[in-house]
Amino acid sequence: MSRSIGLAAAFALAGLLPCHALAATDADLAEIRAQIKQLKESYEARIQALEERLKEAEAKGASARPAEATAPPVATAPSPAPAAPTSTASSLANAFNPAITAVLQGVYANLSQDPTKYAIAGFVPSGDIAPAKRGFSIAESELGFSANVDDKIYGNLVFSLAPDNSIEVEEAYGMFTSLPYGIVPKFGRFLSSIGYLNDKHQHVWNFFDAPLPYQAFLGGQFKSDGLQVKWIAPTDLYLEFGGEIGDGSSFPGTDRNKNGIGSGAVYAHAGGELGTSSEWRAGLSYLQLRPDGRQYLQTDVFGNTVLQSFSGRSQLTIADFVWKWAPNGNATRTSFTLQGEYFWRRETGDLTFDADGAFGPTSTSGYSSRQSGWYLDGVYKFLPAWRVGARYDRLATGTVDYGANGVFLAQESFNPQRYSVMFDYTPSEFSRFRLQYQQSKLQPDVTDNQWFLQYILTLGAHGAHKF
Amino acid sequence: MISSLKILAATLLAALAAPALAALNIFATMPEWGALTEELGGDKVKIYTATNALQDAHHVEAKPSLIARARSADLVIATGAELEIGWLPLVIQQAGNPKIQPGKPGYFEATRYVTLLEKPVRLDRAEGDVHPGGNPHIQTDARNIGKVAGPLAAKLAELDPDNAAFYQARYKAFAEKWNAAVARWEKQAAPLRGTPIIVQHKAFTYLEAWLGLNQVAALEPKPGVEPTTAHLTEVLATLQRTPVKMVIRAAYQSDRASQWIAERAKINAVMLPFTVGGDAEAKDLYSLYDDTIARLLKGAQ
Repeated sequence: MSRSIGLAAAFALAGLLPCHALAATDADLAEIRAQIKQLKESYEARIQALEERLKEAEAKGASARPAEATAPPVATAPSPAPAAPTSTASSLANAFNPAITAVLQGVYANLSQDPTKYAIAGFVPSGDIAPAKRGFSIAESELGFSANVDDKIYGNLVFSLAPDNSIEVEEAYGMFTSLPYGIVPKFGRFLSSIGYLNDKHQHVWNFFDAPLPYQAFLGGQFKSDGLQVKWIAPTDLYLEFGGEIGDGSSFPGTDRNKNGIGSGAVYAHAGGELGTSSEWRAGLSYLQLRPDGRQYLQTDVFGNTVLQSFSGRSQLTIADFVWKWAPNGNATRTSFTLQGEYFWRRETGDLTFDADGAFGPTSTSGYSSRQSGWYLDGVYKFLPAWRVGARYDRLATGTVDYGANGVFLAQESFNPQRYSVMFDYTPSEFSRFRLQYQQSKLQPDVTDNQWFLQYILTLGAHGAHKF
Repeated sequence: MISSLKILAATLLAALAAPALAALNIFATMPEWGALTEELGGDKVKIYTATNALQDAHHVEAKPSLIARARSADLVIATGAELEIGWLPLVIQQAGNPKIQPGKPGYFEATRYVTLLEKPVRLDRAEGDVHPGGNPHIQTDARNIGKVAGPLAAKLAELDPDNAAFYQARYKAFAEKWNAAVARWEKQAAPLRGTPIIVQHKAFTYLEAWLGLNQVAALEPKPGVEPTTAHLTEVLATLQRTPVKMVIRAAYQSDRASQWIAERAKINAVMLPFTVGGDAEAKDLYSLYDDTIARLLKGAQ
């Protein structure tokens, strides 16, 4: 009602204009128009503010709680778009909707090798590690909901939407934020906090794809359904200690159909500032799982592709560090990030050769392997919206002891490696375009030249700037 | 090995014992709130300021050092109005400190005690990085510091009742001194009333409203979007129709765009400290506004 009066007043003013305009120049006219526009805007803004206050007063009256308690917590979504003046109690039903974020991603990939035959010599990851399909495709898009559940728990749900129209629950967890003594427990499905990159969603990575050790040792990223407990030390130096238990069904584990705990992880991270311009974080993590019948295909000495099955213990240790530099800590214009991680894995147990008996009787014998890998990347922001980066990944096939099965299987002595460079443009906090080239040599005598042109768009709630 | 463990244990113990000595651990997101708390709390508070004046408060990351400091804070003093949306919620969530969660007594938002300007009529990211609650850069109007001081002193007294009288007395002394200073600044800045200016980022809304400056244009095409050549050319054309005295930018921003326009439009490029520590002169809250007004007066000549 009051707004329409404001508009009417503005139009009435506008109606008076022509008689003055007879003598006025174009510039004057433009100025008057601008003034009226300003007037109208300020009028509308004021009415808006009044409406908001009215709404607040109504809400307060309805719940009769003190103002401090009804004020929205800072972590929730931006307040909803202005509602119509006829706001009643019923229109407040969605006032507690969680913050919604959608991440749209897409890529154009030009690959010199067939991505459906993607494999890393000497390593047997499963999971979604192949680069994008050739040509255009939407990459992993995401839909996330988050909110404070109550005064003690925060909840987060993230779906990942794949190009093949499948939907996966990427994360679905609750987290206690208000426990004393610096204890932060998380429960449900979550990306494990081992390493540095593991708990970061793909759209915040510095490169389009995961580093090779993540692909080889964790099948991309490690997540489990379970419980995490983190403790932050009350020191000026950042010290974080955490432990996780879970079902351990994702690679390198398997679904075990057993009661109890399938995976366990412990980690420690330390971090802090070095002067005003630098910040660092370093950590050590250990993950242990008990895969039971983890199956994969391997080529034997006769050239047959044979189904293998591994049961036993898989132990992974990760050392990680990241160092970020920006002049005076202001990363808006210039910044440099250096990050690297080193992975060691030891697997011991039994390997069943030709598990489905396709080439004769199956044969089970002891198996043990020691393998490692690392990557190092650096990203330099040279203008507010522009960054360049380079990355080097390398895996060491290490030693694999096939026991009695050694007569069928040869030791791999090739060390896969990859060189990547990227260049990206970030016009706003909510969009990014990236060009990436990499040369990967994952198998003897095979070089894959890969080009990716990628976009990342963020809709909805303002995302967090994770370190 | 054992001796290093001992050292670690001793460090942990010392760290655990330390908070008991200082009365209140304050985590201030912005230098102005750190400085204000110092005025009100004196030696009864231990202040950690999360950002400095040369950082863009919109683009801070939830750094490990911030999480560590938030872990043992008794009180978080934030600007609010989503200025710290990109990092503070995450820092608070990760810190494992029940005292400082939003809604708890240990969480204080300054913008709650100030009438916000520029509440967007249209909430759309096509308008740039707009803040739904209104413009959060309230510290550019000295009167807002005075408005926040009262509730902040009450908050300190609430969290540290033993020293309530101390905070109240300091607040009274501060308010008196501050009001006198505001009157002095207003008198000094009287010649600035009506001065046409352009700004780099829409960060000076409250300053303009306070001192009666007339903002003609902004160098950023949309809030938070870097100035483009096309937009700067447009601004230049506007300046030919509506001449201005100066272009204003905050200390944390690059001077490129404002130098570009200053050279072509033959106007003064003025850097304002924006908050405590923004330049060598702005050492505390008083010198912040002394310096701001001195620079504006110089720019308006």
